[in-house]
Amino acid sequence: RLQLRLAGHGSHSLDKSITLPPDEIFRNLENAKRFAIDIGGSLTKLAYYSTVQHKVAKVRSFDNTAKEASSEKLYEISVQEEITARLHFIKFENAYIETCLDFIKDHLVNTDTKLIKATGGGAHKFKDLIEKKLGLKVDKEDEMTCLIRGCNFVLRNIPHEAFIFTKHADSEFRFQNTHPDIFPYLLVNIGSGVSIIKVESEDKFERIGGSSIGGGTFWGLGALLTKTKRFDELLQLASKGQHTNLDMLVKDIYGGSYGSLGLTGDLIASSFGKSATTDKEFSKEDIAKSLLHMISNDIGQLACLYARLHSLTRVYFGGFFIRGHPVTMHTITYSINFFTKGEVQALFLRHEGYLGAIGAFLKGAEEDNPNQYSWGENYAGSSGLMSASPDINPMQRARSGTFDMLEMDRLERKLVNLPLLEDPSSYVPDTVDLTVDPLAREYWLFCFEDALDGVVKRAVASQPDLPEAVERAEKFRQKYRHKLQTLRQQPFAYGSLTVRSLLDTREHCLNEFNFPDPYSKIKQRENDAALRCYQKAVAALDALGWEEKQFALVRGVLAGNVFDWGAKAFFHSTSLLLLLFVPERPWLVDSYNQWLQRLKGPPHKCAVFFVDNSGMDIILGVMPFVRELLLRGTEVVLASNSSPALNDVTNGELQILTETIAAMDPIIQAGLKEDRLVLVQTGSSSPCLDLGRLDKELTIVVRERRADLVVIEGMGRAVHTNYFARLSCESLKMAVIKNPWLAERLGGKLFSVVFKYELPTPPPPAAPPMKEEEEEEAVFSP
Amino acid sequence: MALNGHRGDIEVNNDEDETPTKPLRSAREEMTPDDPADEPAGGTATTGGPGASARGASLHRPGTTRSDSLRRSRPPFPWFGMDIGGTLVKLVYFEPKDITAEEEQEEVENLKSIRRYLTSNTAYGQTGIRDVYLELKDLSLCGRTGNLHFIRFPTYDLPAFLQMVRNKHFSSLHTTLCATGGGAYKFETDFRTMADLQLQKLDELDCLIRGVLFTESVVVSDPSECYYFENPSDPERCEQKPYGLQDPYPLLLVNIGSGVSIMAVYSETDYKRVTGTSLGGGTFLGLCCLLTGCSTFEEALEMASEGESTRVDKLVKDIYGGDYERFGLPGWAVASSFGNMLTSEKREGVSKADLARATLVTITNNIGSITRMCALNENINKVVFVGNFLRVNTLSMKLLAYAMDYWSKGQLKALFLRHEGYFGAVGALLELLHPS
Repeated sequence: RLQLRLAGHGSHSLDKSITLPPDEIFRNLENAKRFAIDIGGSLTKLAYYSTVQHKVAKVRSFDNTAKEASSEKLYEISVQEEITARLHFIKFENAYIETCLDFIKDHLVNTDTKLIKATGGGAHKFKDLIEKKLGLKVDKEDEMTCLIRGCNFVLRNIPHEAFIFTKHADSEFRFQNTHPDIFPYLLVNIGSGVSIIKVESEDKFERIGGSSIGGGTFWGLGALLTKTKRFDELLQLASKGQHTNLDMLVKDIYGGSYGSLGLTGDLIASSFGKSATTDKEFSKEDIAKSLLHMISNDIGQLACLYARLHSLTRVYFGGFFIRGHPVTMHTITYSINFFTKGEVQALFLRHEGYLGAIGAFLKGAEEDNPNQYSWGENYAGSSGLMSASPDINPMQRARSGTFDMLEMDRLERKLVNLPLLEDPSSYVPDTVDLTVDPLAREYWLFCFEDALDGVVKRAVASQPDLPEAVERAEKFRQKYRHKLQTLRQQPFAYGSLTVRSLLDTREHCLNEFNFPDPYSKIKQRENDAALRCYQKAVAALDALGWEEKQFALVRGVLAGNVFDWGAKAFFHSTSLLLLLFVPERPWLVDSYNQWLQRLKGPPHKCAVFFVDNSGMDIILGVMPFVRELLLRGTEVVLASNSSPALNDVTNGELQILTETIAAMDPIIQAGLKEDRLVLVQTGSSSPCLDLGRLDKELTIVVRERRADLVVIEGMGRAVHTNYFARLSCESLKMAVIKNPWLAERLGGKLFSVVFKYELPTPPPPAAPPMKEEEEEEAVFSP
Repeated sequence: MALNGHRGDIEVNNDEDETPTKPLRSAREEMTPDDPADEPAGGTATTGGPGASARGASLHRPGTTRSDSLRRSRPPFPWFGMDIGGTLVKLVYFEPKDITAEEEQEEVENLKSIRRYLTSNTAYGQTGIRDVYLELKDLSLCGRTGNLHFIRFPTYDLPAFLQMVRNKHFSSLHTTLCATGGGAYKFETDFRTMADLQLQKLDELDCLIRGVLFTESVVVSDPSECYYFENPSDPERCEQKPYGLQDPYPLLLVNIGSGVSIMAVYSETDYKRVTGTSLGGGTFLGLCCLLTGCSTFEEALEMASEGESTRVDKLVKDIYGGDYERFGLPGWAVASSFGNMLTSEKREGVSKADLARATLVTITNNIGSITRMCALNENINKVVFVGNFLRVNTLSMKLLAYAMDYWSKGQLKALFLRHEGYFGAVGALLELLHPS
C-alpha cells in the first residue's frame, strides 16, 4: 500500500496522509517504460507506457474430421492471454512528488528505461530529485510543443474531449463532436501569462500572440488586494462577490445604457473604476470578483481579436487559470460570447491538465510511433471529469484533487469515420444524450444497476473452472457500481452520458477483471441450435412467392433480433415462436412499402450490413436476408465486432458460422468463393455502433466496392445509436424495441418494430431552389 | 481628492499667479488673469439665431449691430462645451477678446461675472483646475476672436458645480449648454432641477472625433497639436517630435478615459467604434488606490515614476533565463503582470511605488496590445491616442510608442495630441456653434 504523507504543509485543509491501494494508482508499473513528467505550479502529471496482459476469448473451429465424433459443437472457445499497450497518466499535487517517486522506484522492475521526458515550469526544480530517486536522466522538452502535441492527441483520440460550458443549463457541459479534421485551431493557454497558439497541423504551430495579464495576474494582484494566498481560495472568493461595487458600469456613467452604440447599462466601462472615487472599504469577495472579470474579459477579447485576424473559429482554452474551474470557464465563455457576438464559442478540454504530460510522453515515444494508432479512453481506469459545482460531492472532489487518472488503450485497429456519412462533422452516434435528459438518465442508470447482479452471475458462470472468478466478479461489481454512482453525480464524467457509454463502461470493467466474454458459452449454444434450423428455414422461405418472401425475410430479421441482452433469454427453442413477438404492421416506424418498392427496382451494387446478435439473429434472420441480396446480385459486406460485447456475434465467430452455412448453402458458398460476400470487422467491442470510429480496413472495403446500401440491425446499433444518422446512400435500420420504457418514449409498446428505410438527402439544386422540384424527391422511381 | 467637506459653492481659489506648467504659446496675446475687468462687455446681442434656445429668442431683442450670416447663426454668449465622463468633467470655455464697447455695455452682469471668474482663476473650489498651458489664444470661432480655456473637475464634484451654476444665475443667460459624455444623460435631470438648465445632449464619439479634427486643424504653429516619439526604443534618444496630421485618414483613435474606446475613422462623418476595454485610466487609478492608498491620479503617477515594475512582474527571462527563442519572445518582455506576487516573501519585498509602476505598465501595455490587434484587423497603421489617462503621463505615452513600434516591427505609428482629454468638450462646443 502506498502511504502518502504531506510534510510541512499543515496550513491548508488537505489530508496529511492518505492511503490508496496500489492497484488503483500507478498501475502496471511492472511493465512500465517511457516515463514523462510535467510539473506545473501545483500539480505534477506523470505519464508512462505499459503493456497489459489481457485474457481474450478466441474461437476456433473443430477439425472437420473429428467433429462428428467429438461433440455436437461447431467450434471451441479458448481463453488466451493477449498483450495490449496502455498509456497511464496520473495527476497529483506537487506535495506528494517525493512519496510518489519512491513508490515508483519500489515497483519499477525490469525496465530498460534510462530517460524521463520532462516539461512544465517545475521540471528544473525537481530535476535532481527525479534523477536521484528514479535513476533516470531528465530530458527537458519544450513546454509549448508538448502542450500542442498533447492537445492534438486528445482531440484525435477521445470523442467528446471538447465541451462548451453553460453555467445555468441543465447540464453545464455540452460536449462537442470531434471534427474529423481537428485543424486548424487556436489554443489559448492561460498560465501565469497567456499564450495564443495557432495550430495548423501536427507539426505546424505558431505562437501568434499572448498577454501578460493572465492567471499570475489574478493570483498576484488578488493576493495583494485581498491578502488571500491560494489561487483556489481567490476563485472561491470571486464566486461569492459582486463586481458592481468596484467596477464602473456603463449605467454608472450614463445612468442607463449607451443606446447608440448598443452598450447595455450593465456593461463594465471601467474595471475598478469606482474604487478610486468611492472612499470605502471593499470586501475581499467583491475585489476578487472584479479582478476575475477584468482578467477574463481581457483574455477573451484578445483571443477574439486573434481568432478574427486569423479567421479561426475553433478556440480552445487551457492552462491552470481554466483547469476545470467553473468560475473561470464561465467568465471566459461569457467574454468570448460577448466579443464575437456569439459567433465563436469558447471550447474547453476534459483532459486539459494532461496535455503537457501527454505531449512530453509522445516526444519520448516517437520510435513507437503512437500517432499511427488509434487510442481509446479506458473508462474503467480513468477518473473522469469532476463536478463543476464544488458542493455536489466534496469528498470525491477532494480525492480527485489528490489523484486523478487517465488511461488510454491502444486499439488494435486504426479507426476512421464511415465514408458514407452524409456529414461526418455533425454526425452524433447517440440518439439520447442522458447528460441533458434527467428522466432518461435516471431510468437507464437504474436499469444498469438493476442488471448488475445478473451480469455478475453470468460472469462467474462463464468461468466455471476458475474458482477465483467469484472474487473477481465481486470486484467487477464494486467497480462498475462505483462508476454508476459517479455517473449519477457527474453524468458528464466521460463526455456525454449515453446508453452506449454505460454499456462500454461495463465492457471495460468486465475486461479489467478478466471477464473477456461472459456470453461465449451461451452464444455457442445459440449458434449451434440455430444452425440446425438453417436449412429448414431457408427451404420454407424459398417456397414462398416473391412478395411474401421479401416480407418473411424482414420478419425473420426482426424475430431473430428479439433475443438480446435486454430481453430475458427464455425463448430460444424455435424461430417460429419468436415470430409471434413481431407485431402486425403498421409498425411503429414503417417504411416497408418503400423498401418493397425499391426491391422491385435494380439491385444494389453493394450492401454493408452491421450485424447484431449471435444465434437466431445472425443465422436465421440475417443470413437468409443476405442470401436474398446475393441472389439479387448485390455484394454483401458483413460487419461485425472485433471483440466480444454481450451476445453480439464477433468477427471470429462469424467466420466459422459463415463457413458452416456455406457448407450447407451453395448460394452462400458461391458468394464467398466469388468474393461477393465478405466479412469485415468494425474495430469495435461495443453493443452500440459509432460510425465515426470504424476500422479503417472496413472503410476501405466500403469505398472500393462503392457500397450503396447500409443496413443496421438491432436496438443498440439502430435505436440507441444511429437512429437519426444520415447517410449519403440508401440505408435500412431494423430493430425490435425490447425495452418498455424506450418503446413508450418513442410512442410505441414493448416489441414495437422500427423499420426505417431512408434515401440520402438529394444534393441541393444548383439554381435557386424551386418548390415543385424539391417535392419530387419523395417518390422513388426505379 | 477632496471628497469630504466640499461645500455647496465652489470657492474661488485666488492663486492667480500660478505659473502654467508649460510656457504659453508664443507670438500670441498674453492673457491677463489678474485683471479681467478691463475687458469690453457685451455679447448678448446675438441671440435669436438658430443655435439659441426658443426661450432665449423670445426674451431678447434681436441683434442690430451685425448682419452677416455668421452672426445670425451665432448663439449668444457664453460659449461652453462640456464632456461629463465617468471620472472627470471637461469644460471648454470660449472667452471673446473682441468685445466692442457696445457689447460691453449690453453684457449682463452675470455673464461678465462668469467670464471674470473663469478667466481670472486657474483653480476652482477644491478640485477644479484650468489647464492654462493648453489655452488656445487668438482663436477665430464663428467670426469672433478669443481664447479657448480648458477646465476640468472630478465628476463626483458635479453637484458643487451645479450649485455654483445656480448661484451665478447661469440659467438667466438662456444659453444652450451642449454636453456630451455619459454624464450628459445621467445628470440631465440634475441640471434641470438643480440649476434650471436644459442640456443639449450629444453623442460622445461624434463630439470626440469632431473635436480632434477641429483642434488639429486650427493649431498649426509650435507647439504642434500632434506629436510622436522618435526612437521610442532608446530611452536616451527618445524625443518628442511634432507630427503634421494633414492627411489623417484612415486613423485609429484610441480614447483612454476611465475606460477605453477604439474607433476607426475614415472621415469626419464616417467612423465606427471598433471595440473598447474596461481596463483604462479608471482601472489604473482604482487599483493604485487599493494597492497604495493614494487618492489622486497625480499621486499615483508620481509614485509610478519612482517605482520599478520588474520587481512585481514576472519577465520572460525570469522563467526562461533569457529570451524564449522558440517563439521570438525577448527576455525583458513581461510574461506575467504581477506574476512575482504569488509568494508572501516577494510581496513583502516591493514598495508602493513598484506596485503603482507595475499597474501603470500593465494597463498601458494591455491598451497597446488591444490597439495593435485592432489596427491589424482594420488594416490601419496610424494610431492617435487621446484621453485624460495620458495627461502628464509621459511614461505611458513612451510605453505605447515603444509597444506600437516594437511589436509591429515599425509598421505602426503612435501619435498623441496635446489637448488629450478635451476633444469631447471641444466637439460639444462646435455643435453649439455649428449644429450638424
